[in-house]
Amino acid sequence: MATAVATRANWWNGGRSPFNVEYGKLMMWYFLMSDAFTFGAFLIAYGTVRFSQNFWPNPNEVFNAFPGAGHANLPLAFVSLMTFILIMSSVTMVLAVHEGHHNNKKGVVKWLAWTVLGGIAFLACQAWEWAHLITGEHAILNGNSLDVIGQTTRVNPWGPAVEDGAKVAEAIKNTPHDVLVKLVGGSHHEMGHAQLAAMTDTQLRGMINAAELHVTEQGPVAFGGFFYAITGFHGFHVSSGVVINLVMLIMAHKGVFEKRGHYLMIEKAGLYWHFVDLVWVFVFLCFYLV
Amino acid sequence: MEHQTTSEVTFHHEPGEGTGRIWKTFWLLLGITVVELALGFGMYFFPNLPSWVVLFIKGVIVILSLAKAFYIVSIFMHLGDEIKNMIMTIVVPLMLFVWFIGAFLWDGNSYRTSRNRYDKSLVNKTVQPPTEKKDTTVRPLH
Repeated sequence: MATAVATRANWWNGGRSPFNVEYGKLMMWYFLMSDAFTFGAFLIAYGTVRFSQNFWPNPNEVFNAFPGAGHANLPLAFVSLMTFILIMSSVTMVLAVHEGHHNNKKGVVKWLAWTVLGGIAFLACQAWEWAHLITGEHAILNGNSLDVIGQTTRVNPWGPAVEDGAKVAEAIKNTPHDVLVKLVGGSHHEMGHAQLAAMTDTQLRGMINAAELHVTEQGPVAFGGFFYAITGFHGFHVSSGVVINLVMLIMAHKGVFEKRGHYLMIEKAGLYWHFVDLVWVFVFLCFYLV
Repeated sequence: MEHQTTSEVTFHHEPGEGTGRIWKTFWLLLGITVVELALGFGMYFFPNLPSWVVLFIKGVIVILSLAKAFYIVSIFMHLGDEIKNMIMTIVVPLMLFVWFIGAFLWDGNSYRTSRNRYDKSLVNKTVQPPTEKKDTTVRPLH
């Protein structure tokens, strides 16, 4: 067997590469190693800031929405789906590489197409998640009145819950008209914005169920910046991976690799794609699980 | 299958026969992810767990994630099939992470403790009172 011979060979006598790997593949490995440090540095910076805070938002409260499920509380559900999509697309990628080893053009094209589809599905999920976080508005205590904010890089609505009911009741009295309209609109979907805006403050205040508002303090601002930067950087890797895989798909389909006699390019694209899955393991860990 | 022989590659890998190993790894990764999610839900549905239990569960989740990383790199990226020389040029530099993670989390934690020590208003604003009621009655010593 080649491996048994390989361990006995003297790799350092010159005349051959001591790494037994084709140049492009070796360089892809070194690029991925440096990219691992880039992602690692981002995640460690996030960890450092998180460790420096007394309070950090609970991911189960931040990420509890599912497309089409309205306001149902489904912690971890959507991100589990995203994780499953990415693992699945990693499997289809390794199957494409496997078919490439056997010079099976049809197999490579089929599994690459599924991989591209998986990547696009993941990106669509992430787009929905971002849109939901940015536009979803939550009641917060701002001084002695209430306000509604989404999760952006400047503000964070996921601070500690305000348990003091009297404090909330007092704050509702000081809350301006436009915020009251948003607060009531959040629980009365049957009423249009114009209809609510036409009502008086007293009427609006009467329609608010203070217990249902789940009023919180503002949370640590750093949360949004780290979340959007790191998941965004990962999403950017997924997008470029989709483009690379698409190019590979077209080249494989046109028979470029068949003429070349090997599918090494698919292996290199595969390394990049698996790395994207690998990074997600740690993004998933740091932002959603712990 | 014909390969052009270059000085870069001395021995070619035998291409894997079936896809059994790939699917086995897939089920393993899926299984680990399900266990991680179960632990995550455990922390969510039992919010009053003692802090050392929460820390232990989080530690287990971290170890499971590292196991997932190992299987992705070793099987899916075929690093496990390369020769040792090549594996070491990737793995040894990654050891830097041991210091990297330890030093920076330590730094964050020390920033928090010294800020809490010298800025009491910050403590009052950000530290929530403990949810469990502690027994504070004074009893005579025996």
